[in-house]
Amino acid sequence: MQELIVNILLAAVALLAAVLQLIGQKSSSGMTKKQKVMLWRILAATVLLLGLQSLGTSVFDSLGSSGRWLRLALYLVDYLVIGYDILRKAYKGIRNGQVFDENFLMAVATLGALALAVYENGDYLESIAVMLFYQVGEWFQSYAVGKSRRNISDLMDIRPDYANVERDGKLEQVDPDEVDIGSIIVVQPGEKVPIDGTVVEGASTLNTAALTGESLPREVQTGDAIISGCINMTGLLKIQTTKAFGESTVSKILDLVENASSRKSKSEDFISRFARIYTPAVCYAALALAILPPLVLMLGLGQSPAWETWIYRALTFLVASCPCALVISIPLSFFAGIGGASKAGVLVKGSNYLESLSQTRIVVFDKTGTLTQGVFEVNGIHHNEIENAKLVEYAALAESASSHPISKSLQRAYGKEIDRSRVSQIQEISGNGVTAVVDDHTVAAGNDKLMDRLGIPYISCYSVGTIIHMAIDGQYAGHIVISDLIKPTSRQAIQALKSAGVYKTVMLTGDAKQVADQVAEELGVDQVYSQLLPADKVEKVEELLARKRGKEKLAFVGDGINDAPVLGRADIGIAMGAMGSDAAIEAADVVLMDDDPMQIAKAIKISRKCLGIVYQNIVVAIGIKLLCLVLVALGFANMWLAVFADVGVMILAVLNAIRALFVKNL
Amino acid sequence: MKKTYKIEVDCANCANLMEEAARKTPGVQIATVNFMTQKMIVEFEEGHEPAGVMQDVVKACKKVEPDCEIFL
Repeated sequence: MQELIVNILLAAVALLAAVLQLIGQKSSSGMTKKQKVMLWRILAATVLLLGLQSLGTSVFDSLGSSGRWLRLALYLVDYLVIGYDILRKAYKGIRNGQVFDENFLMAVATLGALALAVYENGDYLESIAVMLFYQVGEWFQSYAVGKSRRNISDLMDIRPDYANVERDGKLEQVDPDEVDIGSIIVVQPGEKVPIDGTVVEGASTLNTAALTGESLPREVQTGDAIISGCINMTGLLKIQTTKAFGESTVSKILDLVENASSRKSKSEDFISRFARIYTPAVCYAALALAILPPLVLMLGLGQSPAWETWIYRALTFLVASCPCALVISIPLSFFAGIGGASKAGVLVKGSNYLESLSQTRIVVFDKTGTLTQGVFEVNGIHHNEIENAKLVEYAALAESASSHPISKSLQRAYGKEIDRSRVSQIQEISGNGVTAVVDDHTVAAGNDKLMDRLGIPYISCYSVGTIIHMAIDGQYAGHIVISDLIKPTSRQAIQALKSAGVYKTVMLTGDAKQVADQVAEELGVDQVYSQLLPADKVEKVEELLARKRGKEKLAFVGDGINDAPVLGRADIGIAMGAMGSDAAIEAADVVLMDDDPMQIAKAIKISRKCLGIVYQNIVVAIGIKLLCLVLVALGFANMWLAVFADVGVMILAVLNAIRALFVKNL
Repeated sequence: MKKTYKIEVDCANCANLMEEAARKTPGVQIATVNFMTQKMIVEFEEGHEPAGVMQDVVKACKKVEPDCEIFL
């Protein structure tokens, strides 16, 4: 019965190898030359083994004593076909002082089994089959890892292949590296923008999903800055490049993501250290298993030592002990996690940061530009006698000569072209406001001091923000409240962080206490520190760092513009809305391409998922390994089971690692 | 000076071994092997010629992992 199963199994392997070989002929399969050669070897060895098995022992027995050696020779040839490289590597390893690796384990195990078989003139099948299945497993491992590596890389591949340059009235495709700064490139609908620049002609809708994970299209028109990596969806665009390809956003991002897995996490370090101790340890354990029990049986209990049984168990123990699944799946999980995150617009600069991110318990925000839009807007108009629009119009016109952010926001609120001819006699009273004549009315726009100065009674405002009182022809006409707008998702983002396990949220700001407290209350932030200078922010973060407990990590979220020192000081610096901002990409450990604060919680969730997978893999791989080792040592499992357990765990771990790539629904 | 080389290596553990071997090579300040992107990033010490040092790195890597490939 077992013979039948074995034969069916071998036939299946032969068939599989043949089919894979056919698939491998297509260039799209991505098989390396080494893998193809290995497939031929697997195919040849399997067919030969099947042939020898079907001949049976009787044929050789009829040849007399030489038959035994002929049979051995033929099996030996088969063994060498499938396993010569393992033997060679094991030999080289010993010579170079790297004794204990998986090649050594396999060589000793199979040679040992072979020697036992020669001694008994018994079944050579097992040692060859173990080698064969080990090689099949190795082949799948190398193919699966190679394939998933390429899949992840392809997913992240936002690298444009060419740029269209107009030469003599014709479009030519050139290598983006060869385009000089200031040249005009043409991007057709459906193409990627290859280089950062400014639109000089045309208008279109851009898909920025590859950069930000945000599917909402973005409109651009002549004069707008445009970032490489976006996909042009509707219209033809002519772009004047402002950067070289190597300095463009898309190159920077690719560089960052590709190098991310070079910064190893603690889990990865743990695994490499573990593998270094583990392999020698199992070798000694196997040696002990081969020697100690028989000695105890013989000397202690006076029974027969049963050397063959124990040596066989020791060899099986070696087969079962391969650490591949562990060593391969951990870096793969991190790689997939970083890849998945970058798809969602979260760039993580290293596996170590992904790990820290998952341990984040305290999040410190910079207010302006992070939780608020950092753009001042008219937020309310109170106590006015005339229409809102009219009041804003007068204010905008009166302030038209100023470049102060406040007057800029008034002009934005007005929304129309400023007709300067309507304004005359503009007088700026520093620290107070302006007076001017607009459409033959005297208009005064400014703070309390200005009103006091002009002797006009005014109504104080209880809203938070900058108040601009207006007086027209000496009469109080109401006031305009200008404040920094809270981002629509900020409150939700704080909630999401709380549910993602962050127990403390802190807001730092240079703004007045009243403004800061109101914003904090509105958002549900736990702690606020206001009226801080940039240097004070570093100090506050240090204070918070000193107070945190144990392993928990502190993340600082800023817009990357003025807060580089703070970003560097926190355990993890997160810069947001960084699309196109080089400084932020440099300074931060995690870069959020979008400026939606919900991304912070998303980044933490992605890291949690990835680390979860890493721990699952560590626990499952080590757990199954140990279980197998115990079963083998007790004699409940044979070499077949050991090989299948090894290959099976490895494949499961690789598949599990790939899961880290899918982050869409987090 | 920092240079990046393309490599070909089959298993993550072998990549770790290569990294260790490269780090121990004289003239190399830091070496990182990125198994996932199949790249080796080597930072050379001052006064060492990268080309010469890389010959030694290749030799050292071949010693620990005969199957590996470094494209200079």
